[in-house]
Amino acid sequence: MRVPPQDLDAPLCARGLVKRYGDVVAVDGVDLTVAPGDVYGFLGPNGAGKTTALRILLGLVRPHAGSVALFGRDPLLHGVQALESVAGFVEAPSFYPYLSGRKNLELVAALDGGQAAGRIDDALETVELSDRARDKVGGYSHGMRQRLGIAGALLRAPRLMLLDEPATGLDPAGMRDMRGLIRNLADSGMTVVLSSHLLVEVEELCNRVGIIRRGKMVFEGTLTDLRASAAGAWQLRTTDDDVALRVCRSAPGIEEARATASGISFRAPEAAVADLSIALVQAGIGLTALTPHAATLEDLFFRLTEDDGRAPIPASDAVEEAA
Amino acid sequence: MPSTATVYRWELRKLVSQKRTYLGLAFAIAMPLLFVLALTLRRHGAGPDVAFGRYVRQSGLAIPLVLLVFGSFWLFPLITALVAGDIVAAEDHNGTLKTILTRSVGRGRVFAAKALATFTYAGLALVVMGLVAVAAGGLKSGLHPLTTLSGTRVSVGRAFVLMGASALVYMLPLLAIASIGLLLSTVTRNSAGAVVGTLLFSLLLQLVTILPGLGGLRPYLLPEQFNAWQGFLRVPTDWAPIGHAAWVCAIYAVVCVSAAFLVFLRRDVAGD
Ligand SMILES: Nc1ncnc2c1ncn2[C@@H]1O[C@H](COP(=O)(O)OP(=O)(O)O)[C@@H](O)[C@H]1O
Ligand SMILES: [Mg+2]
Repeated sequence: MRVPPQDLDAPLCARGLVKRYGDVVAVDGVDLTVAPGDVYGFLGPNGAGKTTALRILLGLVRPHAGSVALFGRDPLLHGVQALESVAGFVEAPSFYPYLSGRKNLELVAALDGGQAAGRIDDALETVELSDRARDKVGGYSHGMRQRLGIAGALLRAPRLMLLDEPATGLDPAGMRDMRGLIRNLADSGMTVVLSSHLLVEVEELCNRVGIIRRGKMVFEGTLTDLRASAAGAWQLRTTDDDVALRVCRSAPGIEEARATASGISFRAPEAAVADLSIALVQAGIGLTALTPHAATLEDLFFRLTEDDGRAPIPASDAVEEAA
Repeated sequence: MPSTATVYRWELRKLVSQKRTYLGLAFAIAMPLLFVLALTLRRHGAGPDVAFGRYVRQSGLAIPLVLLVFGSFWLFPLITALVAGDIVAAEDHNGTLKTILTRSVGRGRVFAAKALATFTYAGLALVVMGLVAVAAGGLKSGLHPLTTLSGTRVSVGRAFVLMGASALVYMLPLLAIASIGLLLSTVTRNSAGAVVGTLLFSLLLQLVTILPGLGGLRPYLLPEQFNAWQGFLRVPTDWAPIGHAAWVCAIYAVVCVSAAFLVFLRRDVAGD
């Protein structure tokens, strides 16, 4: 699959990415579209394929299929030239443990062509590492390495920053600082793609979100779209849930009907719900409860990323149950 | 895009900052010192039974030449393997490969810089060993004219020129071993495995060389090429082994470096 021409100059456009490791399909037909100025949350549980997808975007891994355009250039075809306005890291940023933080930045600046050598002190300042810059990276904490990774990425003065779970593994203060840092980058006009397994993080920072589950994209859109799709969920309890579930599945306008611990849940517009209630009664099934259920984003995230039927009971169900 | 020279300089800086670099150089310094110490402790008696072994008490200049012979068994293969086997695999292990390959320098240049740095290190170890051996040998036996393998004598100045030329020819099989190390380092992604593998490979070739049935392979294996420099210490100079070593070693080096290069260009940089 090729990147459509109208998206060629977008910061990031990926189409049909596939990467297999033996029998595991780590990335299975992933499309990503990121517009200028987006703060794009690439959301998915552990092992969903986020890191692998980012590796493909950065040209570290060859996909089995699909293509990538970073401001119109594919790392597979153009090599590092495709990364010209792009910076970032996958997994924890790695540096030479036997060199100081500053020397590591000097090294990466030299590998960028040397123009950024004069900005190293500023970058260290931005990530608050100035006072530890002369120490060897081998003695750095996880949080310091993470910040050094950001500093290294900033040296490229990128227009697109790709960050892989930058706040994961940090203590609460470190997490807050990291998120503040990312917000500052976004405010400065940089396009940011950040992967995360935490919905709250994405909600806090991002305007657009792509959700990946087992290598496949299950949602891509604005956070507003995501919230809108969280509405329209219903809970149903009947005298015969087995038959009722069959009725739900064949009723028009009823989607994602499934059995839960507390009955049946489905999604539908109100008109379809009214028709469903009639259909149930005609089938000889008594209704004991039919309630609109305002799913939270968290519920939605779980529903999108967990296996059907094996989904854990969403927290708000438990509350209802107790009520 | 930065030049290969820039990347090469940083590869050297990385080597300078790593302990293993000094381990190899320490071996290169220790060998001549130990040799001269042994010679001093055994006050009389003949030198070792190898080329130039007879002359170690006659001229200190024979000592570096004897050590070239000894060094080819495992010392120089080890020193070379120590860096060659590590230079790509260590970056795999540290995860730093992804750091340098997401900057503005192409994979080809990174590989070229690493190969050059490896070769530089092997050459430096040889030079260090040579200088220490000349100094220690000079102190022990004096810098006197050297007896060549043809029995003629050459002046001290001429001996230095011949030793320089010998070192260059000695570099040929060293570069071949370095190339094998680079290949193993790139393919195995495991530093210890690549270092040990390179050394074992070099020892295996020595074993094959002395096995009676496989004598026909001997001219095409590396141990033989480690003696090619002795052509310079004959009168007149015997170019045949030197030319032979040049092409045999070139084949080893070109095959291994090309294979490593292609793997490095295309391979995935992923964890584990
Ligand atoms: N180098 C690799 N070799 C084998 N399997 C891998 C490799 N990298 C990732 N995987 C597998 O691919 C899947 C996706 O992993 P990853 O992209 O790291 O997910 P995430 O970053 O979302 O946690 C996982 O099942 C993982 O085990
Ligand atoms: Mg990951």
